[in-house]
Amino acid sequence: MPVGATGISTQQVEEDKLVVSIGPQHPGAGHFRFTITVEGDMIVDVLPDPGYVHRGAEKQTEYRNYTQSIPLLERSSLTDVTNIIGPYSLAAEELMGIEIPPRAQYLRMIMSENQRIISHLYWLGIQAIFLGHSTMFMWPLGDRDLLIDLGEMIGGARITYSYWIPGGVRNDIPGNFKERALKTYDYFEKRLVDYERIFFENPLFLKRTQGVGVLKREEAIRFGVVGPVLRASDVKSDTRLDEPYCLYKDVNFEVPVYKECDTWARCMVHLFEMRQSIRIIRQILEKIPSGSVRVKLSPQQRTRPGEAYARVEASRGAMAFHIISDGGTKPYRTKISVPSFRNLIVLKKLLIGSHVADMPAIYWSLDYWPVEADR
Amino acid sequence: MAELTTFEQFVKRVLEIVFWVLIFLPLVILPVFYLVYVLPVELQCNFVLLGCSHSIDWATALYMFSPNQLNPFDPTSFISSMGLGASSILFRAGFFPGLTFVAVLSSFVIWYERKLLAKMQYRVGPLYAGRVGGIFQSFADLFKLLFKEIVIPAKADRLMFLAPVFGMMALGGALIGIVPVGANEFVASSPYSLLIALAILSFFPLVTLIAGWASNNKFSFIGAIRALYQMISYEIPLILSVIGVVILAGSLDFTGIVNSQNKIWFIAPMILGAIVFYITAMAEVERIPFDLPEADSELVAGWLTEYTSMVFGTINLAIYIKLYAMSAIFTLLFLGGWSGPAPVPDFVWFLIKTIIVMTIFIIPRGANPRIRIDQLIDLGWVWLIGLSFLNIFIALVLKASGLL
Repeated sequence: MPVGATGISTQQVEEDKLVVSIGPQHPGAGHFRFTITVEGDMIVDVLPDPGYVHRGAEKQTEYRNYTQSIPLLERSSLTDVTNIIGPYSLAAEELMGIEIPPRAQYLRMIMSENQRIISHLYWLGIQAIFLGHSTMFMWPLGDRDLLIDLGEMIGGARITYSYWIPGGVRNDIPGNFKERALKTYDYFEKRLVDYERIFFENPLFLKRTQGVGVLKREEAIRFGVVGPVLRASDVKSDTRLDEPYCLYKDVNFEVPVYKECDTWARCMVHLFEMRQSIRIIRQILEKIPSGSVRVKLSPQQRTRPGEAYARVEASRGAMAFHIISDGGTKPYRTKISVPSFRNLIVLKKLLIGSHVADMPAIYWSLDYWPVEADR
Repeated sequence: MAELTTFEQFVKRVLEIVFWVLIFLPLVILPVFYLVYVLPVELQCNFVLLGCSHSIDWATALYMFSPNQLNPFDPTSFISSMGLGASSILFRAGFFPGLTFVAVLSSFVIWYERKLLAKMQYRVGPLYAGRVGGIFQSFADLFKLLFKEIVIPAKADRLMFLAPVFGMMALGGALIGIVPVGANEFVASSPYSLLIALAILSFFPLVTLIAGWASNNKFSFIGAIRALYQMISYEIPLILSVIGVVILAGSLDFTGIVNSQNKIWFIAPMILGAIVFYITAMAEVERIPFDLPEADSELVAGWLTEYTSMVFGTINLAIYIKLYAMSAIFTLLFLGGWSGPAPVPDFVWFLIKTIIVMTIFIIPRGANPRIRIDQLIDLGWVWLIGLSFLNIFIALVLKASGLL
């Protein structure tokens, strides 16, 4: 791209093409911008431009001790707050060399799965409004509040729980939690059937998503996408199965795999995963032992010098933290590997050659969250 | 309000005031004048004595202007001599089957649509403006829009940017003028009124294209091109679906079509035509699942992106007038128009049927996603045109066999 006299890079556009800038003020994009070149109704070129909400979360962890970083890090992904601080806590615990009591492990799993449903519901609402389905926008965002209420019972806050912390979880669940949770999930499973009837079985929805934005198995592996996008591309990959953390090897659940590899498959993966999350939580509520939920740490807990790497399955895919410590109370260096940014790589590949009208559906089916990707 | 320092600002302010007076005069002042002053007097008088029959007769109007009739102490003769009675053309065009009536009905339909969708989506909808379920929400929105600044983009073509406002209102007004609401309640009648209504409908893509082009915005432009595609390709099945009814009724006049449905409503034999008309009408008024020209997730607001303030409000009002006109035409063609049991006035029957049809137009918005442009054109050119030809064939068979 040549740079003009003013220092702004310029680009020569052919006469029959139109360059449209999507974002950062476009309602479809969020804090993210990409430029598409349109010829007729087809997209011929895409230029993603992330980085509008970079806040230096990695650098900021170097100035805070391990517990202080928790509220900061979870701001990066407000729909998925529990899972983004999960690997951070796991890596920090590895450096501190502490064992977590089993009740805390199970509580972490409950919160994590509840958070996965909350995040998927948010995703579902936006995907539906991107396809123009306003009822499916309102219903998930309304039902999401019930699950947020459950999270409030566990964690005390509505959105930012700061629940997984190095040393266990912040607090225990109240006594009436099991009863209330089972009631909520019973209701929610009925609602999922309603969702299927009005949205997932709608012929217009099938027409809009089937065969759109196909990401083949080999390509998905080669580009290194993670999470629901990878599973929709016929790859059985889930961190909870492959390298179980917490006590995921004690519960039964299925991992959805679809051979269609298109936007429809990506939508169905999310629906399937919500059901599996409920299944996991039901099992945990049956078998959760009593005991302490937190290991006592000193206010300025020191770690051993060295490195630690931990990975969990966040709602958008594998989320990993790599922490290097020099033995002090603060990390020497933190690296966050987020699923959003890994899935952004295929955006350009999927959009080129598709219709303009499919752009929002394909974009959001990758579940790209700009704040998480920019960190 | 900024202080006036130059003559130019003064002229601008005066022009602004004149503009709003022109907007307010037909919408507010005239109806109030009629309701408070003219109508009570009018109801006491004998219509025949005043020389105003139900249709407009210019010879009578001229006769009323003669000095013999004018009595300054008799308000009745004074009003009728000015051509302002309840059966005058001004009253018809400005108030009852005309602009004010449709504007109020449209604002009611906007509220009704929001309430209905809210019920479908487990929400409450408008709640606070007005005592009963936020029924005055549309008026609150109207006043909000009235007090907003009119922003015209710097690189836009100013004249062409503002032209669609008047174009849309003119087309909406023309539609109101040609669509009757009762046996005697109409603004204008013609033996070719159905043809005229279809001709007016085919002007809308032009106005849309002007709006999208003059905004000098890529989203507006893409939206306008989509609107052009959609409206032009759906106009053919729209006209073809009507032909079956015209064959059965043997008339191009709405009154004639309604009168020929005294035995059976045409929706029974012409069910295919009714379905095609319903789908194409939804595409013509750009409602979900056919709202591609305003697809908010990819095109911000489509061809309306750059419009603000009352300029936007007026265009939106015209779109709702178009929705009303489409429902009204559906009622006239397929549901027997204003026919119904006697004690209820005919226009009430017409309104009930029209609002039911509008509800059927609104409900898909809560249940369907948006369709894509290539699928839309495929549906229009392949399926709908085929179905409407089948419908014409059925109509011909029924006519030839003498069943209807």
